[in-house]
Order: sequence, then C-alpha cells, then structure tokens
Amino acid sequence: MVTGLRSAVMAVSAAAWSSAEEGARVVEETSPQGSGRFELRSVSVAYGPETVIEDVTMNIPPQAVTALIGPSGCGKSTLLRCLNRMNDELGNVRVSGTIALDGQDIMARGVDPVDLRMRVGQVFQRPNPFPMSIYDNVAYGPRTQGIRRRDELDAIVEDSLRRAALWDEVKGSLKKHAFDLSGGQQQRLCIARALATHPEVLLMDEPASALDPISTQQIEDTVAELKRSVTIVIVTHNMQQAARISDQTAFMLRERLDMPARLIEVGETRKVFTNPDDPRTEAYITGRFG
Amino acid sequence: MTHGRPLTVARSNGRTAIRRAAEAVATGFIRVSGWTAIVVLAAIAVFLAWNSVRALREVGVGPIMVGTEWYPTSHPGKFGAAPLIVGSLLVTSIALVLCVPVGLAAAVFLSEFATRRIKEAAKAVIEFMAAIPSVVYGLVGVALVVPAVKSVFGLDSGLTALSGGIVLGIMALPTVVSISEDALHAVPSSLRHASLALGNTRWQTTYKVTIPAASSGIFAAVMLGVGRAIGETMAVLMLTGNAAVMPRTVLESVRTMTGTIAAEMGEVVQGGLHYSVLFVVGLVLFAVTFAINLAADVVLEKQRKRWGA
Ligand SMILES: Nc1ncnc2c1ncn2[C@@H]1O[C@H](COP(=O)(O)OP(=O)(O)OP(=O)(O)O)[C@@H](O)[C@H]1O
Ligand SMILES: [Mg+2]
Repeated sequence: MVTGLRSAVMAVSAAAWSSAEEGARVVEETSPQGSGRFELRSVSVAYGPETVIEDVTMNIPPQAVTALIGPSGCGKSTLLRCLNRMNDELGNVRVSGTIALDGQDIMARGVDPVDLRMRVGQVFQRPNPFPMSIYDNVAYGPRTQGIRRRDELDAIVEDSLRRAALWDEVKGSLKKHAFDLSGGQQQRLCIARALATHPEVLLMDEPASALDPISTQQIEDTVAELKRSVTIVIVTHNMQQAARISDQTAFMLRERLDMPARLIEVGETRKVFTNPDDPRTEAYITGRFG
Repeated sequence: MTHGRPLTVARSNGRTAIRRAAEAVATGFIRVSGWTAIVVLAAIAVFLAWNSVRALREVGVGPIMVGTEWYPTSHPGKFGAAPLIVGSLLVTSIALVLCVPVGLAAAVFLSEFATRRIKEAAKAVIEFMAAIPSVVYGLVGVALVVPAVKSVFGLDSGLTALSGGIVLGIMALPTVVSISEDALHAVPSSLRHASLALGNTRWQTTYKVTIPAASSGIFAAVMLGVGRAIGETMAVLMLTGNAAVMPRTVLESVRTMTGTIAAEMGEVVQGGLHYSVLFVVGLVLFAVTFAINLAADVVLEKQRKRWGA
C-alpha cells in the first residue's frame, strides 16, 4: 500500500522533472541572475509567548519554485509571511534570525515593509478580491506605484490577466464587479493583481486549495510560466502538486503540539520525493501520518 | 442498523413534551411581540393622521408646509410651519457638518489604528455619551456654548441655530461613531491584508479599500445621526431661542418642529385647530424619521448580505 503510493508520487515527480529542467535552462539565459533570492538563517517566530517556528535555515533560489509542505498548523503560512513582513501586521508576532533578499537584510531598521512588499507579492489562501471592478482590482497596485496613464494601465492589466490565465475569460467584461466571478476566476484575478506590480518574488499560500481541478491546472500552468521571471514560494497540501510544479521542496514539522515546528528537510524536489534523507519526510510524503 | 428506526424517533431528538411546549410558547411570544411592534407603529401613524385631518381640511397642506408666518394664538391663527421646518433642517445640517467629519475620523481611528485598550476605553465613553439625558446636554450648552457663541460672534444673544447645532452635533456623535465603526469593523481583514501586501501603507489601505467597502454602513450611520438630530427636542428647546421666524443666517434664533410641539402642546385646546396643526407637524417628523431609518436599514441589510455576516 505505502510503496504503491510512494512509487506513484515518484513517477509523477520524475515526469515533472524533465520539463522543469528545460524551464530552468531557459531562465538562465533570459533572466538577470540573483534577483529574488532569499536566504534565511536561524529564523524563529513567536506569537506572544508561544514559539511556533524554530531555527529555520534555508535558501530560496531565484526564478524557481520552492514548495513548502507540512501538516496543518506547522507554520507554513507563518514562515511565508516572514518573507514580506506581513507578520508585522498581526500584532504580537516576534521574528528573530536573519532573512536576506538579494543579500539585503529585510528585517533591518531602515527597511520599509511597504517597499519590500512591492518586490515580494502574495496570493492568499482564500481569494480576496477588492469590492471593485476586475480592471480596478488589477490596476490597484500599479496605481499605488504612481502609474496613472490610461494606456499604460490598460497594458499592465491585459498583460497581468494574460499571465494569470484569466484574460480570455474576462477581456470583454473588465468593468464587471470582481465578486461576480467564480471562486477559481477570483483566485486567478488575485494572482493577476499580485503580478501587476511586477514583483520579483511571489508568495502563494495554498492558492489552489479552494479550486476545482481545472482551475488548479490553470494555476499550475501559470506558475510554470511565471517562474521564468519570478521567484515563487508556494505552500501546498497536495503532494502531487508539489512534485509537479516545484524545483525545491521544504518540509516542516511540529513533532509535538507543545514544541515549535522545525525544518526537517529541504532540497531538490526530485530528491526529496524520491530519496528523502529523513524518514519523517518519507512518512509524510507517502501519507503515513499528518 | 440505523435506517431501520422509525423517523419520528430521530426527529424528536430526545426533547420532552414540556420542553417542546415551552419552545412553542417562546416562539409564539416572539412572534406576537414582533407583530405588536408593527401594529403599534401603524397605530401611531394612523393616530397622527387622524388628528391632523381638521388642520389639513381647514388650513390645507400647502399653507402649512410653505407658509412663513407662525402665529398660532392670534385671531385668526396663522399656521405657516415653514420656519419650523427650516429651523429643524438648519439645526440638523449644522449638527451634521460638525459631527460627520469628527465622527468618521474617530471611527476610522478606533477601527483601523487604535490599540485594543484605547478602543475599549473609547467604546465605554461613547456608550456613556449616548446615555446622558438630553437635558444635561442642554444645560452644558447653555452654560458653555451659548456664551461662547455670543462672545465669538459679538451677538446680543447666544441662543442661536449655531448653538443648538453644535450641541446636537455632539449628541449625534455616539450614533455616527459607533455605527460607522461597526461598518469598518465588518470589512474582512483579508481585504486589508491584500492591500498591504501590494505595498500600500495602512493609511492608503484605509482610504482606498476599507472606507469604500464600508461606505454603505457609513451612509447608514450618517442617516441615523440625522434621525437622532432631527428628533431631539429638549436640548434645542434650551439652546436655540425659539423664535418662530424664518432664519436668514445661522446666528439667528430658530425654532424647530420638535421644540414647537413640546412648547405649545400644553397650552392648546384639545381637538382645536392649533392642536390639529401640531399633529400635522408631528406627522411630518414621523414621516421624515421613518424614511431615514428605513433608508439606513435597507443599506445596512445590503452590507450585511455582501459580507455574509
Ligand atoms: N495570528 C496568530 N496569532 C497566534 N497564533 C497564531 C496566529 N497565526 C497562526 N498561529 C499559530 O501558529 C501556528 C502555525 O500557524 P500557520 O497558520 O502558520 O500554520 P500552517 O502551516 O499555515 O497551517 P495550515 O496548513 O492549516 O494553513 C499554529 O499553531 C497557529 O495556531
Ligand atoms: Mg496556512
């Protein structure tokens, strides 16, 4: 039973791998090197007195997809929010250790989280479009950046919607209210909205968890396309998805409820899924616990 | 195993007959109470209309609504209520101009920027403000606002529309603050997070996303503030000087619809023409406040549906 599952996952990841490698080669030719690289050193996070993540050290390579996996409550969302300092907005959160983006410490005093978030976009677990038209949703970020010219905005909106695989469905109805879209369309709208500011890094917190298989497929295609130019960190509970779309996988685990979560293993997705170093990783991936 | 059981057992889910009877009584009580409220409301409207009939027949709607001379005790009496209507509108407008910006700013601060402790303290203060009897506001107004208006503008008397409006504005604040704060609070934080994650400051997020998303609730807050101000009687009676003439500026004495009814009702002959005209004024007040509350309710309901709360 377990071996059956495991070999199925391996087969999927091996298939995904060959195409991922091709993608990676294209990236090296076209993108500036080293833009959107994260380095985390001994990162710990506490909510009030409770430390929920301890001592996470890992690198996030540029123009690649890093998947964060682990059981519910192990701090995946929390770690993701460290990368654009959204934890700052929650109040009683303390982040320690260092996090560097392209060599610059993002938690340093001089760093304005508002500037950081222009470079590091986020797509949330639940679609959260603004109560405005489709167009205004996508144009929201660019307008914040001071872009006012209509033709310029039009171009950004179209480009972003295309990259989020939504353009063909909405090109005739950009004035439509965002709430009138389906859940899957709303989530792709949120991706488009995040892309419109041209972030170097895109954080995606279970972007497909509320979606049907077709929408999920579209989002995966979008991710595969995006990683040519953007660094992507994606949280997912779907092992096949992690295997299909990611280049690197990080597995987090909270071994006991009264203990903080730790990074158990991080490495090339192919390796993590086919030949993990840690027995707990293997157990999780093959569905033996969690 | 379970599908062999008769349905009735599953449906009774273990309630005793007494329990069920009690539930039926409670449901019935609630239903009757609801209907009572509606019946009382309708009865008030009918009663006001019934007592207005004489005035409407003998003086007429037009002369009452647009007539500018209010000499109800002269012979024959003149019942032009326009100065009263304008007086009410003027005092209410002043109150709104003062209390809406302040109330909104306070609501935005409390909902978006204040720490929990400040918020709780402010809520207690606001509730207390709402509970102070209006005659106390009137007293404070007479002691502080009236002399201040008098000396700042160099008037003979500080009993003016402005004085009444200022105090009324303060009295309407709790309504405006607490209802718009609720409206802002009801905006899901996921929207704020989306905006912040796009590189907006908290302040940009507030005016670009949160306030527009709460706009219908804020509108309702303003409407209910209007309702509060237009219906207030005692404070305006104490502060506006009560001259029933058409005001030309806010620094003149005015008399409101509410003040007129309160001041004159005690001296009229029951069933007389003056008595009936006062009921017409009451009917106007009733209609205006009813419309305002209805509008606020409709808008609030819309907002509630939108956020699925
Ligand atoms: N705002 C908060 N305040 C206090 N504790 C929090 C807060 N957010 C998360 N936590 C706690 O931190 C831990 C990690 O939560 P987090 O949401 O990061 O987990 P997750 O891995 O994303 O889980 P899931 O897969 O269910 O989304 C949990 O124990 C949670 O209770
Ligand atoms: Mg999460």
